[in-house]
Amino acid sequence: MKLTGAQILMEILKEEGVDTIFGFPGGAVIDIYDELIKTDIRHILVRHEQGAVHAADGYARAGDKVGVCLVTSGPGATNTVTGIASAYMDSIPMVILTGQVPTQLIGNDAFQEVDIVGITRPCTKHNYLVPSAEAFPRIIKEAFYLARSGRPGPVLIDIPKDVGKAVIDYKPIKEVQLKSYNPTYEPNMKQLRKVVDLVEASQRPVIFAGGGVILSGAAAELTQFARNVRIPVTTSLMGLGNFPGTDPLWLGMLGMHGTYRANMSTGACDLLLAIGVRFDDRVTGKTDAFAAQAKIVHIDIDPTSIRKNIPVTIPIVGDCKISLQHLNQLIEQTDLTDIEKKRQSWLDQIEEWKNTKPLAYKQEDTLKPQFVVEKLYELTKGEAIITTEVGQNQMWAAQYYHFDRPNHFITSGGLGCMGFGLPAAIGAQMACPDKLVIDIAGDGSIQMNIQEMATAVQSGLPVKVVILNNAYLGMVRQWQELFYEKRYACTGMDCAPDFVKLAEAYGALGLRATKPQDVEAVLKEGLAASGPVIMDFKVDREESVYPMVPAGAPITEMLLV
Amino acid sequence: MEEKKHTMTMLVDNQPGVLSRVSGLFSGKGFNIESLCTAPTMDPKVSRITIVTKANPPVIEQVEKQLRKLINVIKLRDMTGARAVKREMALICVKARPDLRAEILRIVDIFRCKVIDVGTEHYIIEVTGDEGKLKALINLLKPMGIKKIARSGSLALYREPK
Repeated sequence: MKLTGAQILMEILKEEGVDTIFGFPGGAVIDIYDELIKTDIRHILVRHEQGAVHAADGYARAGDKVGVCLVTSGPGATNTVTGIASAYMDSIPMVILTGQVPTQLIGNDAFQEVDIVGITRPCTKHNYLVPSAEAFPRIIKEAFYLARSGRPGPVLIDIPKDVGKAVIDYKPIKEVQLKSYNPTYEPNMKQLRKVVDLVEASQRPVIFAGGGVILSGAAAELTQFARNVRIPVTTSLMGLGNFPGTDPLWLGMLGMHGTYRANMSTGACDLLLAIGVRFDDRVTGKTDAFAAQAKIVHIDIDPTSIRKNIPVTIPIVGDCKISLQHLNQLIEQTDLTDIEKKRQSWLDQIEEWKNTKPLAYKQEDTLKPQFVVEKLYELTKGEAIITTEVGQNQMWAAQYYHFDRPNHFITSGGLGCMGFGLPAAIGAQMACPDKLVIDIAGDGSIQMNIQEMATAVQSGLPVKVVILNNAYLGMVRQWQELFYEKRYACTGMDCAPDFVKLAEAYGALGLRATKPQDVEAVLKEGLAASGPVIMDFKVDREESVYPMVPAGAPITEMLLV
Repeated sequence: MEEKKHTMTMLVDNQPGVLSRVSGLFSGKGFNIESLCTAPTMDPKVSRITIVTKANPPVIEQVEKQLRKLINVIKLRDMTGARAVKREMALICVKARPDLRAEILRIVDIFRCKVIDVGTEHYIIEVTGDEGKLKALINLLKPMGIKKIARSGSLALYREPK
């Protein structure tokens, strides 16, 4: 079959199940766009390429497909870098298609030329510069295979303009073969049996589950395991939703802004089952003091995650879902009649921590950001997909919105990328058209990708933006308050647009609340609206996120309200 | 923990950019490279990269895992220890004043190296050997005045079973 490179791309995209692309056209990708409009693939035209990547990220996380974006060469490509780095840190399956100048011009400093393969080498799982039209089909197939297999991640394909135009004889590729890439899915059973022994023997066990559990689709297996062996569960930021936030065994999030009981029980536990985590410094605090009394089991599909930051007793390389399935089977064969009795004193201790130092904020006359999130949780019955920006808004969302299901909390966890939430919400809404999708934002972060409001309006995506507006870069201000003697260097955002008018300018609905008693009415009206909405909540300016573990301190040493 | 020298060799896809992935990994992760060499193998699609690095055991474990994670790295082996043979080549341009020429030639003889270029003021000496031999030779030649030196970096192969 004689096809152009651009036509081959469309063929393979369809084969890979791609029905949505986020992108922004330009000179180097005109040929690809010219083919794209002839297909059924929906294209979401963003307003900035960073938005396209974050949207593809949100799309991949809310649904179960690889996120795809398409941008032009040069600035189009460089604008994707932040989004790619965020997806890489959070292991999100994505394929980024960038245009490139024609092959014969590469290296000539041609118009809109940039070495995007060189630039993104350290922040992609793999990347390709397509050397010829003949190599193009194999590369596209490999890219999708790499993006979704093993530890997922973003893969970039840089496509010279002439590759899109070239006509070649195309034969569909059935199977991808990569001799150097063979992820380990099946865990070592001997090691798993040791885990069961440790679970039986332990007095004070804790499960610490991360984003890897969500990525492997193992939340149900995890929940079953934890309930069967009566082990309380904490998660990383990326792991929220792995275990029901309303379950009595739920400890809350772990780490710098984790709950008192999660941090204390990790400090006191004698067995830590770490599943699909990578022990980020925001989780561990001082590593020497982290779970210092515990034997640590670490299950992860990526061998580099194991023993990178924390020494472990039992390392297990394998897929989280398969590992948990095996563990559940092994547990079924184990006599657990006494388990309730055995765990009781440990669970009582945790209950006491929960009751004496609950997650709380000072109730005052001012409008508290935590109150807004609590109300939002109440009104949505915890069923919305929540995306966040980065900073205080992200932490309050994580603390006060309780997640019962995976894939409902979408945040830039590893990279901590401001400007993530709105485009991610757009992507999530594309993946889940029938769901309520809400971006919990700050006034600082939302302005980093506010232009995507136009995308939401143009594409008819009814995303809701809740701005916790304190006119500060709040998280940095909080650090300045606590650790820099209140020298608020350059964190005041005194000049901001009127977000209500801004929403209206984009053709969306704008609402505002300034008093606690207005919150419910504004949220109700905003959430009920059929189109995109910005809700501006003028919150207490100097409210801080607690608990807080100062950077580098043991996580059991928290500053509390 | 004590830092130790490790020689690692890897078979990689012989493609543009692969060396940059490997060296970029070292710089990006803060690992150090003492020497690095690369050339194609018998299979033109595959190159062999040999890297000498110095680190403590946990860091070496990370270096190995991270290298294996690269899609273009087909196979990796740590060649540290006696099970592999290691050799390095150096070209040494040494000042050769008339009164020292005989002495230099004697050293060349003892070390079984070769003089591959001669001038009125210099010799260029070609030497191959393990790290200790090169070090010893350089120490002996230093007092004569080494003008320039080019070293290949270490190469290594596993010994075949006897």
